[in-house]
Amino acid sequence: ENLGLGRVALPEEIAAWDKDVSPDGTGLPPGSGDVLTGEEVFADKCASCHGDFAEGVDNWPKLAGGWDTLADDDPLKTVGSYWPHLSTAWDYVNRSMPFGDAQSLEPDEVYAIVAYILYSNDLVDDEFVLSDETLAEFELPNADGFIVDDRLETEHSKWVGEPCMTDCKDAVEVTMRAMVLDVTPQEEGAPEEAQAAPAEQEAALDPALVEAGEKVFKKCKACHQIGDGAKNRSGPVLTGIVGSPAGRVEGFKYSKALTEMAENGLVWDADNLHAFLAKPKTFMKGTKMSFSGLKKEDDLAAITAYLKSVAN
Amino acid sequence: TPDPLITEVQPWASGLGDGVDATPYGLPIEYEADVIRRNVEWLTADTISSINFTPIHALDGTITPQGCAFERHHSGAIDLRKEDYRLMINGLVDRPLVFTYADLERFPRENHVYFCECAANTGMEWAGAQLNGAQFTHGMIHNMEYTGVPLRTILQEAGLAAAGDLSDKWVFVEGADASSNGRSIPMEKALDDVLVAFKANGEALRKEHGYPVRLVVPGWEGNMWVKWIRRIEVMDGPVESREETSKYTDTLADGTSRKWTWEMDAKSVVTSPSPQAPITHGKGPLVITGLAWSGRGAITRVDVSTDGGKNWQTARLAKPGEKMALTRFYLDIDWGGEEMFLQSRAMDETGYVQPTKAQLREVRGLNSIYHNNCIQTWWVRPSGEAENVEVS
Repeated sequence: ENLGLGRVALPEEIAAWDKDVSPDGTGLPPGSGDVLTGEEVFADKCASCHGDFAEGVDNWPKLAGGWDTLADDDPLKTVGSYWPHLSTAWDYVNRSMPFGDAQSLEPDEVYAIVAYILYSNDLVDDEFVLSDETLAEFELPNADGFIVDDRLETEHSKWVGEPCMTDCKDAVEVTMRAMVLDVTPQEEGAPEEAQAAPAEQEAALDPALVEAGEKVFKKCKACHQIGDGAKNRSGPVLTGIVGSPAGRVEGFKYSKALTEMAENGLVWDADNLHAFLAKPKTFMKGTKMSFSGLKKEDDLAAITAYLKSVAN
Repeated sequence: TPDPLITEVQPWASGLGDGVDATPYGLPIEYEADVIRRNVEWLTADTISSINFTPIHALDGTITPQGCAFERHHSGAIDLRKEDYRLMINGLVDRPLVFTYADLERFPRENHVYFCECAANTGMEWAGAQLNGAQFTHGMIHNMEYTGVPLRTILQEAGLAAAGDLSDKWVFVEGADASSNGRSIPMEKALDDVLVAFKANGEALRKEHGYPVRLVVPGWEGNMWVKWIRRIEVMDGPVESREETSKYTDTLADGTSRKWTWEMDAKSVVTSPSPQAPITHGKGPLVITGLAWSGRGAITRVDVSTDGGKNWQTARLAKPGEKMALTRFYLDIDWGGEEMFLQSRAMDETGYVQPTKAQLREVRGLNSIYHNNCIQTWWVRPSGEAENVEVS
């Protein structure tokens, strides 16, 4: 019956991938983190999407608030108001966050972030410390708010049998129309034709390098848009950034640090971009950009080429 | 008057067309360029963690072409080469194992047609008619013929003696992308019909559907069909991961929430006529068509109403229903040009009848988000145009 396919998984391989954490704390690595450390880590790595106080930016998830709203018309489901197990928050932050830089956090940073999320939900005070020994015991407010699927009893047992075929109701009146809300996306025909001939300056660009840069840009996409229809997100639109003076994107609220450097004449030429993207926080102390930097020289050259290729 | 398309020699009838290999991998002809997936931008913060919709209003039959089958990503569609692909089985097994893609192709494999429906399909319609088109109201679904290895076979290869009594065991499945999208599945389902799939509709999975390998969990919500699946762990209990607690749980009117709502209930929708597929030919013969499906078995019957649910006629099924697969239905009528309130109502082999919106709301309230399988109404006007409405 056994086909003898595959090979035995080595302990270090299992350790590298088997990181899930269960409600009873199984899977947690040793470590701890406090609220104040968490506040710093959160500001650095999470706030660009989730807000400084875990209140959420744009459409990105709110992590705090929403108490007693679950029975309302528009419930706000956060870690504090909805999530049943704290292990879930630790597990998700550890394996899938920060968005665009997943699996980069140390265990102590994860404990600290989760402690801060509890604090932002008013569930602990600012001296609280979360650790592998205390996490499983921590009870979230909505822990008892879930029931196992009961559709078979509550719905299926009722909605069976031969349905009515004729004269099933007296009147049929329209009670709601989609046209009233008018939120359906505009129907577009064929996708637009490829762009016309590229601008002059692009002729000098190496297409392979631009393509490589587009891949590197995936690291930036969570916060930055570029090209046709790009909009400011937690980072400004980057169309035409190369060669332009800093701080010029309309409608974007820049950090104080960037505004000051812009006033002093910072231009995003290739050299400055290179230095900034290699070590953002060294080049610009106080930048809002929560990105640790591109380590590889090849990536830096590629991203610069790509950004150059998407001109105004 | 004689039709010049017939009486005059047309360029295509006298000149020559494309040679073979003009498109070594073909795409639809340019005149079909509107049959594409579409996104509803305001739904999500970013397309990287978002969903789009299958153009079901423009398709027929039951098989969804991969190129227009809806996508749902939590951290974007990743590039993962077959050569770099690994699948690990660990936890309560006799031998934790690692398989390469090539290993998977050496297991005895099976072919099955299954629908994959996002639990949130029709989710925007709980509070009222909102999106105007079958693509947007019901397009988080696709139906493909999958080729793959039963998960049962792979679990047996690792050996389940170490797990002891299997009746209370679970498997945790996770993907190789940054979201990992982990889900817990009870062992009973894992040993039943779950597939580790690498082909769809005969060819490799598309990148956006989990190339090179995804999980297929027949009849159960799409979120569990983990893409780029990299690890399967046999466990004592569910992990209660983010995707099975904070999301994919269904909040009822009193604020309590159902969890582990895995099965997709029986559901149907008229795909044409519909808001994006109006009647353009005027009175006379009209084909009313749509799709029906159930996560609890085969569709046995579909009824169609043209008067908003007062009277019903049983539609013709293109083929007998198959378990956990889309079924195509037709009702061929002579349309007199009168206004219609088109509805369809599916029944499955358990005897379950697709409920009205009112019935669903009575049990669940308005905040469930997921698992909205209500009867849909299209208001077709004498002009042939149609609109998404709710009726009393």
